[in-house]
Parts: sequence; structure tokens; C-alpha cells
Amino acid sequence: MSKIETTLPRPDLFRFTMPLTAALAAIFGFVGGNMVAQPWLGAVIGAVVGCAIAWVAETNLDKRTAVRWGVIAILALAGLVFGNLGTAVSGALIGAVLGWAAYWLANSDYRSSVPIYYTPGQTLWHNTFKFICGLIFFFLVAPLIPVMWLSFNAEDFFTFTPEMLNFQAEGYSLKHYRDFLGTDEWMVPLKNSLIIAPIATVISVSLGTLAAIGLSQSHVPGRRAIMAILISPMIVPLIISATGMFFFYAPLGNWMEANLGLSQSFVGFVKVILAHAVLGIPFVIITVTATLVGFDRSLTRAAASMGAPPVRTFFQVQMPLILPGVISGGLFAFITSFDEVVVVLFVGSAQQQTLPWQMFTGLREQISPTILAAASILVAVSIMLLATVELLRRRSERLRGLSPA
Amino acid sequence: MSDTTDSGPMLAADGTPLKESLGRALRRQKIRALALIAPLLLFVLLTFVIPIVSMLVRSVENQIVSDTLPGTIAALSEWDSTQGDAPSEDVFQNLFFDMFNAAEAKEHTKLGTRLNYENTGLASLFRTSGRSMDDIGEVFQDAIEDADARFEDGAFWYEMMSGAGGDTLLADRRTRWSALTGDNMSGDVGFAPSQDIAALLPITTAAYTDFAIWTAIEDEDIVAEEDPWEAVYAALAVDLRDPSRVAAIASYSGAGADALQALTATEMPDLTFTEAFADLDEDWVSPDVWETVQVYSPNYTPGYFLNSVDRELTIDGVEARPENEQLYIKLFGRTLWMSLIITSSCILLGYPVAWLLANLPVRTANVLMILVLLPFWTSLLVRTSAWKVLLQQQGVINELLVWLGFVDDANRLILMNNSTGTIIAMTHILLPFMILPLYSVMKTIPPTYLRAAKSLGATNWTAFWRVYFPQSVPGIGAGSILVFILAIGYYITPEIVGGTDGVFISNRIAYHISRSLNWGLAAALGTILLVLVLALYWVYDQIVGIDNVKLGG
Repeated sequence: MSKIETTLPRPDLFRFTMPLTAALAAIFGFVGGNMVAQPWLGAVIGAVVGCAIAWVAETNLDKRTAVRWGVIAILALAGLVFGNLGTAVSGALIGAVLGWAAYWLANSDYRSSVPIYYTPGQTLWHNTFKFICGLIFFFLVAPLIPVMWLSFNAEDFFTFTPEMLNFQAEGYSLKHYRDFLGTDEWMVPLKNSLIIAPIATVISVSLGTLAAIGLSQSHVPGRRAIMAILISPMIVPLIISATGMFFFYAPLGNWMEANLGLSQSFVGFVKVILAHAVLGIPFVIITVTATLVGFDRSLTRAAASMGAPPVRTFFQVQMPLILPGVISGGLFAFITSFDEVVVVLFVGSAQQQTLPWQMFTGLREQISPTILAAASILVAVSIMLLATVELLRRRSERLRGLSPA
Repeated sequence: MSDTTDSGPMLAADGTPLKESLGRALRRQKIRALALIAPLLLFVLLTFVIPIVSMLVRSVENQIVSDTLPGTIAALSEWDSTQGDAPSEDVFQNLFFDMFNAAEAKEHTKLGTRLNYENTGLASLFRTSGRSMDDIGEVFQDAIEDADARFEDGAFWYEMMSGAGGDTLLADRRTRWSALTGDNMSGDVGFAPSQDIAALLPITTAAYTDFAIWTAIEDEDIVAEEDPWEAVYAALAVDLRDPSRVAAIASYSGAGADALQALTATEMPDLTFTEAFADLDEDWVSPDVWETVQVYSPNYTPGYFLNSVDRELTIDGVEARPENEQLYIKLFGRTLWMSLIITSSCILLGYPVAWLLANLPVRTANVLMILVLLPFWTSLLVRTSAWKVLLQQQGVINELLVWLGFVDDANRLILMNNSTGTIIAMTHILLPFMILPLYSVMKTIPPTYLRAAKSLGATNWTAFWRVYFPQSVPGIGAGSILVFILAIGYYITPEIVGGTDGVFISNRIAYHISRSLNWGLAAALGTILLVLVLALYWVYDQIVGIDNVKLGG
């Protein structure tokens, strides 16, 4: 049976494409007109522009790219004439949306992802639903954009300056990044974070992996209870963990200082590292046990039958296969410690001030946008970590796919 | 070769019965598994479970009263608060010696602070009175030194008091000191009270032993070279008020007997401790203060828990706190209510997205998944600062609305430092925790069910509501409980964007830990929150199972 080519019926210009494009353009016009206190005039002008774009789209269906760039250029130019560079960029954006919408409607692209038998109502719902989801995705990601944008602010404010909005070079600078990289106020916390997080990660990964292997054996007495205890640092709210640790670690630290002759700073680091290690453990346990579920036990038996002692079997057979799980568990543990502020606030002292701590105090007292530079750097780091975890997950799935179930 | 067709147990290769051999292998396996788990389990128990338990203990712990005022509490047990008058002279006498020691160790202010949580004003009462203990003692010191100048000399006192047989007394006073200070007070005192003088002048000996222990261990001085505290003179004066002791002194022959005998002949100041304390502050003779001391004298108290639910312990039982001090029930209510709102908005926003991700082709879904995972992986503080940037009065949202002319410059929206800010920011922060479990449940619902329903004539809505939705309920349950558990314990975000109206119980706990220093109340509030979370966690375990928690899809 050959695939039946269906040609979607194209909608009518005057009853469908033009009114809808005009309505969309009128909304933009209303918003734009509102800036100069003339919303309705703006809406009318918008509607007229919308009609024009729809008509151009309808009559030039095959010159989509050219027409869309044309619309963008014209609206950007209009923005530049009536306003400044900022309005020009807004105009270009509106032009892009309108041009896309006109062709989307005129070319019946809006039906391309729904079955042919869908009624107009169902199609409308389908597209509305997609639009709503788009808004939610926007809600998820968009808040991060102003942070990164504002981190290039030339002023010491948390808000956009007119220069920034008009894209003038003097509105932007790298001074907050210089502040971040050049002052002890930020570099010492960064250094502390980079001491505490890796050590805590190593502790939680090494102990956690061993325990996960133990937990995945077939006969473990009291597995549920053990699991509950090991997961508990993740379940118990941080504020409660922090409170408990505050009560317990303070006398412990005093005792260590008095009886073991350790310096106050060293003891402080030990306390914070232990606290962070225990917070990271549930993540290691969860990811490594999840990886071990897919681990083929006959491989260890095969290794044993060929005479490998358990330790060698572990390092040469089991470890390479579960490594992706271990690494992503380790990344979770790392980010837990690197991002943690409540416990370190309670358990640590000024010498253990970490990056999140510095950000937290900065945010509470609202000092400079250097916090935003720090935040942007952290976003970049988290993008890299996310990419690593994703790659590891794919690799693990590939490996698992190869091994017999 | 053995013949196994015989009756009898089946044997393993080494000749042991197979059952036993298998049992041994199983046991070995169990031990190996436990040995692998043991280090971590031990680590978690030591660094996490014990601290939590110590917090639970601290929420009922109340040794401070009986540690600081041991004698007073013992004497106070005979006082009947219903009579409406101040306790007996005996109580005040004990209070003087207890307070004197506490003031030397600077522990009286801590007790004042502790009792101030229950009865406002006690902190300053204890603080100011502690300073005046020396003055009370000096009255007696002057009289005694006027009577016989030898009492001015520390070495004389040392000779008079020391001897053999008083080791139990020394150990007893040492225990009191270590309870009071929290140090272990071990070490050589260089002094032991004589049994004879202890029998003759019990109060004086106790006071002098207290002085000796403190001087030798805390001040690290030689006891014989130091002049005794004013309290020792006061104790001597008290001892001399007892006629039977005066009679015993007459026949005493130990060191310093003549000086003591000379002292019995002189008039001692007839100042009573009740008067002395009443002079310091009228509040000392008010039954109200003593009621508080008596109610909070036991070593363990439900007081902190009662305070966390706006009640207080009084002599007549549990009562509601004054209207203007009621805070915590409202705060718990707000925490739960706002967590509920946050959870519902997460369901509302998370459900469509999870549906879309579950029903799109894998490749597209993976790309869109990154948009969910990116905020999930981004530092909490980054996201919180993002919301601060957006929601401020001079923030991005307000600026945009003003620029577009929708909001008047003078009437900017107040989006931050109230509950709105907390709800918006926390919904954003916790949304991935809703989407991920929902997604993993929806992924398992075959799309054919919906098609089958539609082909049988169901409308889109019926097909969704009657076929798809019920199957996704476990996902909603899992996500909701996860979000709810995380939300009720949140601290950072409400602290930064919540102002005063948008804060949670956790912010109050942090306040008590770091500002008001009412750690017992912080522990009690934390315990209540912990119980709440563990109950929810138990529900979560029933619905999802803890080993099914997934991270990052």
C-alpha cells in the first residue's frame, strides 16, 4: 500500500488568515500603543499592519523566507524611526512573530501535527495546549535570562538601566565578573566551596557505592529499614538536619579542638565536610542502585568462574559497567554540597564561608550585582554538569542495551 | 563415590548436609552484604541520625534549672504555690548560695534567659541580682572580720577547713560544679574538707569546698593563698545562727577553734536572705516568679512543645498563651496552606508539560526535557536571585509593566516580600520535582488506551478523564508528596523573597537558632515539623516506594 498523499485544504484569506493575523497584530499594537497612552489607536494600526502582512503572505506563499525577513526589517525600521534601538529590537521581534504567524496560518501549518480527521475545535485545542506548554517552558527557563543579562550591567543595580535596554555599549561592562574573579570576598568562598564539595563527594561516593552494591545483593536482612535510614538525609528537611547538626557538631567540634589539638579552622572544615557528605549519600545510593538493577549478575559469576578474586572482579568487571551511575551519583552529591547553604550556615563558621553562603548573605542584604555574575557562572557550570549527566545516562543505556537482560 | 540413594539427608560435595551447606552459603552472603553496607550505615548513624536524635532530646531537655539552682529546687519542693505568698527563708538561703556559685561561673544569665521564655522579665531579674550576690555576702564578711581579724586570712581558712574524711563531700560538690558549668571539673583541688568541720559547720564547709574547687580548677590558683568568697562568710554566719552548732563549737578543739569560739560571742547581722533578695528586687518575693521556677524545675519538660503550639505550662496546668504572643499555630497553618498552594500550582503547571513530554517523539521530548532539567540543575540560590531580580518593586516585571504603560509608576505591583513572592518563586523551583515523577508515570501509560477509548466513541474529554487521568494519578500522588515535603521544609527562598508574610516555620526555627537563641523551642518546632514530614514520607513510601525514587528522568 502506498502512502496516500493528503493535501490539506488551505484556509480562506478573508475569513481565516487575515482576521487572525490582524487580531494578533492588534494585540501587539495595543501593547505598543499603551506605551504612549494610545492603546486603541495602536490596536487599529496593528490590525491594519496585520491585514497587510496576511495579504502579502497569501500572495507570496513560496517566498516565505524573503517576506518574513522583509516584515522583520520594516517593523524594526519603524521602531527605530519612532523610538530608539530598544524599540527597534522589539519591532524586529514582533515582525518575526507576525511573519511566522501569517505563514503558519496561510499555509495550514497549524494542522500539520494533528490527524487529518480533527475538527477545527480539536485543532484549536491542540494548538492552544501547545501554546500553554510553551508558556510553562518559558516560565521554567526565562527567569534565568535576566540574571545573565543583568550580570553585564555597568551600574551597581539589580535593575535594567535605559542604556542596557537601548543596547548601548556604555550600559554594559564586565566589571562584576572582574569583581567576582578579583576580590577575596568572592574568591575565598569559591576556594572553600572547591575544597569542601570534592572531599564531601569522594566520601559519599566511596561509601555510597559500596553500600549500594551491598544493598543490591539478593539477601539483605532489613533492607527496607536500612534503605530508609540511608535515604533519610534527603527526606528530612534541610532546616531540621541543620538544627540537629548544629546541636551535635558544636560540642563535637569543641571536643576535637580541646582534646585532639586541632585548629579551629580545620575542625570547622571537617564538620562541614562530614555534614555535606551525609547529605549527598542518598543521591549516590539512589543512582547507583538504579544502575545496579540493570547489571547482569552472570558477568561477576563468569569472572569468578575464571578465577578472578572478588576485588578484581569488582574493579575490572563491575566497576566499568556501573561507572556512569557512580559518576552521575557523584555529580548529584557534588552539586548538593556545592549548592548547599542552610547546613553550612549553621555548622560552619566564617572561615568556611562557601559560595552559596556568600550569595545568600549578599541577597539578604542586597549588595552588588556581583551576585548575578556568580549566578551566571554557576548556570554555566550547571549546564556543563547537566550535559555530562545526560551523556553518561545515554552511555549507560547503550551499555545496558548491549548486555543481555 | 558415595551412594546418595540411601535414606538420610542429601549431602553436598564436602559431605555436609545440603541444607546446612546452603544455609551457610546464605549466611555468608548476608554477612558480606551487611559488611558492605555497614561503613555507610555507621557513617549516616553517626553524622546524621544521632544529631537528629540529639535535637529531639533537646526539645524536652530542661536540666538547666536544677543544675543551676540545685539547693533551691530541693527546698522549693515544699512550697505550696496556692497559698499566694513567697517561699520560706530556707528557699532564699539556698537561692543565695546557688546564685553565688552561678554568678561566679557566669551561668545565672543563661538560666535567666531560659526562664525568660516562660515569664518575661526573669532575664533581667537574674542578670541584675547575680551582680549583687557579693554585696549580700559582704555584710556577713565585714561582721566576721570585725569580730576576729584572722578570718581575713586565706591560709587560716584553709587550715581550719582542711583535713581528712570529707572526700564524699568534695566529690559531691564537684559533681554540682560540673553540672552547672558543663565542664568535667576534674583535677587536683589541693584541698579536702575535714570530716569534723563538715559535721560542725555543714553549710560553711560546703561553701568553702565550692570555693576551693573553683579556685583550684577554673582559676588555677592555690586554694590556701586565696581569700574565700563572700558566700563562705555568709555560710558561716548561717551556721552560727543554729544554737546546737554554737553549743558544739564550744567543745570543738580542731584548728581555728578559738577563733570560732570568739565568733560565737559576737553579734552577727540579723539580715535574712528573704529581705536581702526583696531589697534587690521586689519580684523575688512575688509568687509568680517562684511558680515559674517550680513549674520548670523538672529535668524534662513539655514546655517547649506547648510553646510551639501557642500553649504554656502554668502551675494550674496547660493554658493558652496571651493572644498577642500566639504565633506558631498560625505559622504552621500558613506553612501547610502555602505548601498546598505551591503543590497545586505545580500540578497545574506540571501536568500539561509532563503529558507533552510523554507523548512527543523521544528525540523532541529529550530536547524539551533539557528545559525542565536545566532549572533543576541550576543552583537554588541562582533561581532565588533570579526571582528577586524579577519580582522586586524595581524589578524586571514591574519595569516591563511600567514601560508598557499597564502599571502606573507610582503604583508598582508588590510581588515580593509577601506570600505571593514565595508562592511564585517556590512553584518555579519545585516544578521539576513534579514534572519528573509525572513524566515517568505517564511514560508507562500506553497511548493505545486513549485511541481505543476514542474509537469506542468517547469524546476527547471523556477519554482523558475516564481513561488517561486515573492512570496518571499515581504520578500526581508521588509528585505532590515530593513537592509538599520539600515545600514545608523550605528555608532559603522564603527567607529571601518572603518578607514577613511569606515566611515558613523553618524561618522561625532558624530565627530561634541564630537570633533569639531559644534552642529548645527551635528543637521542639523542628521535631513537630519532622514528625509531619515523616508521616508524609510514610505515605509516599506506601504509594511509590522509596527505592523507586528517580532522579533526572
